[in-house]
Amino acid sequence: MSLPAIPNIFKLNRGTGSPRRLQDNLTIFLFLLPGLILFLVFVIYPIFQSIYYSMFNWKGFGPAEDFVGLDNFKNILGDKVFMIALRNAFLLIVFSLLLQLPLSLILAVMVGRDLPGRAFFRTIFFMPYVISEVITAIMWLFLLNPNPNRGFVNAVIVAFGGEAQPWLGDTTLVLPSLFIALTWKYFGFHMLLYMAGLQNIPHEIEEAGRIDGASAFQNFFYITLPLLGSTIRTSVYLSVLGSIQQFILVWIMSKGGPVNASETLATYMIRFGFVRFQLGYGSAVAIYMFLICVTFSLLYQRLTRQPDYLTGL
Amino acid sequence: MTITHAHPRWNIRKFFSRFSQYFILSLIVILVLVPIVILVFGALKTRGEFMTQPYVPPIPPRWDNVVAILTKPSYSFWQMLRNSLIVMLSVTSAVVVICSLAAFVFARMEFRTKGLWFNLFTLGLMFPINIAILPVYFVLRQLDIIDSLFAVILVQTAFQLSGNIMILRGFFTAIPAELQDAAYIDGCSAFDFFWRILLPLARPALGAVAALTMIVSWNDLLVPLIVLNSDILWTLPLGTMQFQGQYGQDLSLVSAFVVLSALPTIVFYFIAERQIIAGLTAGAVKG
Repeated sequence: MSLPAIPNIFKLNRGTGSPRRLQDNLTIFLFLLPGLILFLVFVIYPIFQSIYYSMFNWKGFGPAEDFVGLDNFKNILGDKVFMIALRNAFLLIVFSLLLQLPLSLILAVMVGRDLPGRAFFRTIFFMPYVISEVITAIMWLFLLNPNPNRGFVNAVIVAFGGEAQPWLGDTTLVLPSLFIALTWKYFGFHMLLYMAGLQNIPHEIEEAGRIDGASAFQNFFYITLPLLGSTIRTSVYLSVLGSIQQFILVWIMSKGGPVNASETLATYMIRFGFVRFQLGYGSAVAIYMFLICVTFSLLYQRLTRQPDYLTGL
Repeated sequence: MTITHAHPRWNIRKFFSRFSQYFILSLIVILVLVPIVILVFGALKTRGEFMTQPYVPPIPPRWDNVVAILTKPSYSFWQMLRNSLIVMLSVTSAVVVICSLAAFVFARMEFRTKGLWFNLFTLGLMFPINIAILPVYFVLRQLDIIDSLFAVILVQTAFQLSGNIMILRGFFTAIPAELQDAAYIDGCSAFDFFWRILLPLARPALGAVAALTMIVSWNDLLVPLIVLNSDILWTLPLGTMQFQGQYGQDLSLVSAFVVLSALPTIVFYFIAERQIIAGLTAGAVKG
């Protein structure tokens, strides 16, 4: 989409020190200043500060004095609950990649480019994405109520002769239950990405494939899917990062329970940081999460191409 | 001859494929809407009706819960709505102004350390607020602005910068370079070009960024949850969560509150769907 930068043939004299150059530099400085200040104070500085605090045993009162070196980092790795949180992040990623994204892709292909009613389906499917996580969480909390006279999901199951399930109260069911709520909220977003990606594939290519005798399946697997490559890469990237930092939905629906069965990295961090006020330990958890995200991002860019999300247009 | 023979057969196949397509899509439409519909049903029932017949349509609808929430001062619905509006409007204006300035520099100006600064901003994408919240909390405490809407506005704005700068930079880069050359030859300064030519041309992009920021800010729970203590400052999502905690036993009352707090988003979505979608897809797909 972006036009190649055309060499500026009319380049005026812009040697250093020319009034024009000076004015440009001033513009650059003033234009970047507000963004940079906010960004440095609230994004970059906190990273370094929490690296500092992560090496203290600190309750948040007074200056941090009880230096413990890397003990917090070691203790975290030794904590079984942190390992559960890591496992849950991994499971959410696997569920998303194997179920949620394929579902979104299939729906996007079904709605396609010219199905009558396309706009209607898009509007409905995307709606949950704009509804806040708080509302989504409370809504699903009600739906998954263990009592069939309160929770609609169980009412449907009982009506079909099944047995009511405790959903969020059961250590094995809680994560799949959360995943259903997450899918309800987020599949429309990924579908939207795929629909936009499909829009960019020229109709003629698939047409040509059909004329050459490709079946619908061949057309999809050998033409559409490879051409959607960059969109799929982006969608996978966003889905993985989203799974790693899942918080609000889990916090409201299950608080990470029962018995830590649905703990995520973010609920683990909030529990230690804001509930138990072990701020040094919480900082170390934040650093771990940050490292996981950065490592994943860099590896992913290396293994695939740089995600389009990062390169802009 | 072959054509007249092949045509109807193909049509039947096409009819069946269309039929199954619509069938599956309608099924998903139902799955998406049922949770919302059940919630709305619950909101329009009395507590007693909810206990005895939780899932049937509310005929006739009971507006008691809705009226109570809108009129009872102790529920402070309007207070929360006002706080949310203040935060959302401030964040959105700040994000649109700050991001278009920065995106202009990254898309249209040349200087030696440009790559460095740009990469710094991309780092923000890997450090989302859900991870940063504890470190950010320390900074807010040092600045002594905990428990103020101002702090919520600053933090939400800061964490909206990276993504929106990327989106706007993309749009700004797509505006032809000849326009800039022509403007400079006519004696425009960089600021003139930005203000008089680029911004008016980029109005759809600014609309997309604004719509997206509004949604994100309006829906955010984490920052208000951590930053705000006083209940007079609560935003709508935070208030909704607290309301559910306090009145959780009265499911129809909570349903009514949840529906009312979702209503502004849904209305806004139907008005600005095009802008929201344009913003999201520009951020993720173009290329």
